[in-house]
Amino acid sequence: MSAQAIEPSRSDEPFLGEQFENRDQQDEAYTVGMWTFLATEVMFFGALFLSYTLYRSLHPEVFRAAHHYLSVPMGTINTAVLLTSSFTMALAVRASQLRQRRVVMLFLAVTSVLALAFLVIKGFEWSHEFEERHLPGPTFQFSEHQPPGATVTTAEAGRVGAVLPGDVPQIFFVLYFAMTGLHAIHVIVGILVMWGLIALLAADSPLVRYYMPTEMAGLYWHFVDIVWIFLYPLFYLIPR
Amino acid sequence: MAQPDERTNYLNWSHTVKSWLLTTDHKRIAILYMVSITVMFALGGLAAAVIRMALVVPQDTLIRHETYNKMFSMHGVIMVFLFLVPSIPAVLGNFLLPLMVGARDLAFPRLNLLSWYLYIIGGLCVVGAMLAGGVDTGWTFYTPYSSIYSNSHVTLTIVGVFIAGFSSIATGINFIVTTHKMRAPGLTWFRLPLFVWSLYATSIIFVLGTPVVAITLALVVAERVVHLGVFDPALGGDPILFQHLFWFYSHPAVYIMVLPSMGVVSELVPCFSRKRAFGYPFIAFSSLAIAVLGFLVWGHHMFVSGQAVWTGMVFSFLSFLIAVPSAIKVFNWTATMYKGRIWFTAPMLYALGFIGLFTVGGLTGLFLAALTVDVHVHDTYFVIAHFHYIMVGGAIMGYMGGIHFWWPKMTGRLYPEGWAKLAAGITFIGFNLTFFPQFLLGLQGMPRRYHWYPPEWQSLNVLSSAGASILAVGYAIPLTYLIWSLWYGAKAGKNPWGAVGLEWTTTSPPPTHNFPRTPVVTWEAYDYRDEEPPTEEEREPVSVPAGGER
Repeated sequence: MSAQAIEPSRSDEPFLGEQFENRDQQDEAYTVGMWTFLATEVMFFGALFLSYTLYRSLHPEVFRAAHHYLSVPMGTINTAVLLTSSFTMALAVRASQLRQRRVVMLFLAVTSVLALAFLVIKGFEWSHEFEERHLPGPTFQFSEHQPPGATVTTAEAGRVGAVLPGDVPQIFFVLYFAMTGLHAIHVIVGILVMWGLIALLAADSPLVRYYMPTEMAGLYWHFVDIVWIFLYPLFYLIPR
Repeated sequence: MAQPDERTNYLNWSHTVKSWLLTTDHKRIAILYMVSITVMFALGGLAAAVIRMALVVPQDTLIRHETYNKMFSMHGVIMVFLFLVPSIPAVLGNFLLPLMVGARDLAFPRLNLLSWYLYIIGGLCVVGAMLAGGVDTGWTFYTPYSSIYSNSHVTLTIVGVFIAGFSSIATGINFIVTTHKMRAPGLTWFRLPLFVWSLYATSIIFVLGTPVVAITLALVVAERVVHLGVFDPALGGDPILFQHLFWFYSHPAVYIMVLPSMGVVSELVPCFSRKRAFGYPFIAFSSLAIAVLGFLVWGHHMFVSGQAVWTGMVFSFLSFLIAVPSAIKVFNWTATMYKGRIWFTAPMLYALGFIGLFTVGGLTGLFLAALTVDVHVHDTYFVIAHFHYIMVGGAIMGYMGGIHFWWPKMTGRLYPEGWAKLAAGITFIGFNLTFFPQFLLGLQGMPRRYHWYPPEWQSLNVLSSAGASILAVGYAIPLTYLIWSLWYGAKAGKNPWGAVGLEWTTTSPPPTHNFPRTPVVTWEAYDYRDEEPPTEEEREPVSVPAGGER
């Protein structure tokens, strides 16, 4: 979205799009636009959160049992990583308003490194799930090596009808991969946006002497962070 | 030679292909949209023609059932996602919103251009899927048929719809920001034209509804391609959840189609009655009420899907409730006409057609909102007739009325009034002949989506097909004379209708930046003071057409 925040400059007022009267109008337009976009994003994830709510209420035992396969330490570390990245992003936005170009670049770089670290940790978790054959599909296996504490009995699974007990836990992993996958796509987009900003800042482009692009990227990044704050307890901390 | 004077406008400042394809001018993007949705309308109409021809006889003589299924799916997908949803917002809304609020452009001109490209890419995916062999799920893509069983090109079609959805979202964001932040000095919310209010309400649905259907359809693709079976009952999923999520967008999408049309009618009726719009705040807030309530009625599509009776009753009640703001609009338009100097131009005929057909569509909607009646007529031609009265009789009548009304502003040319009135009449007659028999067929129990039917229903089906051919003529005539008018139509002045509204204060066609100076608004909307309509001379300030002989 930050590319949207960059308009061709007019000679008398360098950062002003020609459709705007003045800087205030432009700033407000970008802010309203970004918040509207985030409302769209909330609804985009909202459908998935609704699916999660429904299936967890339909198969509570399955969700409880399946979540044991997720690593709470790794999820917690990732939460900390992402929260820290939101903090450094906020520092970048502040530096941008103070027009400290090098500081902005530094904090954007730190934020993007933290975001990459999040993806790497997520990647380890996913590859573990692949090895455990928890990827939904024909190769999916669940009931064979249950960790201690997992208790999907045939009686419990039978509550949901004629569905095979071995197949029902797939729905947990379907949602897990769909929701964390969609979130990861948003993280990747965020990293690309940050790198784009860093490149423009490094070239001292007039497009980013203005603080709004960084501010918009910051809003987006905080949103990505907030989505994870919901995903983390819903998948990792079910019985706690 | 081409010195920048008042004759330089958004159309003639440059004639290169590049200046069109890379334009960020909202008016040029509106024209791009107009051309592309007209092509889509022709494709969707072609599919409808095949359907109606096949239904002339009770058996499959013309096409077999696989082809029939693909034809009605193609008709639905193209007409809903690629014609009706973008029609008025992306064409008239794009063109008029900045003009009506006195701005130089939308808030995000490049996002606007991006939305057109997304639309084109989405459209190409859908048309490509059709050419590759088609899709047979209907436009609703119900699971588990679409996710597991269908062997047609579901994935490519959904990818197309998904991409086109983001073009809607981009348009919605642009309109919301423009309405909030780009209004000219003095143009308060309650001085805005009612068309702007309806676009604003529509944009709310674009922004909040479209992402839901986008992710839902993406999940269907995920199920087909990578086995992420969210809706697969074998994995503990629930196919009905798809219907909930789908209708959470697709019922409000009906209001995406009809709200802008209501906005157009709210412009036409005061102008051609030479009166202020009666009950301005009621019309404005009823648009918002429809947008909000529209999100709470999706369950009336699912009365027979096994949802709880209590749920059904709540959805039934809410669906009745949404008739209230719709009726408020109809009553206010009628009250606006009361004791007005009604001027029967072609746009006004379309507006009157809209009011009549929308009323029929709305009242039959109450039948469908009633739980017990709906169980009887669910998935019959009664439903088909009902929603075509809203979407064709409502949305397209409004679109046609708006195109005629603003044609002089968009092109600087007048269309031939006599032909236009004739076409409006033919459309109205053809439409009723096509769809009224379908109410009767539905009440007798003819189910939708079947290409066979018992022979006793043939006469009504023949009537409907005959009406469809008349309706096609009603659309072909405007297409012909509007293109003709681009070269041979009389030149239009600033304000051929004597209408109020900022868009009529600039030249026709407007210059690239719309207004030489940012206007300051000191008057209320619809400041009509019972004036006579402008005379023939006032409507045609330049009587010698530039492009050729008359």
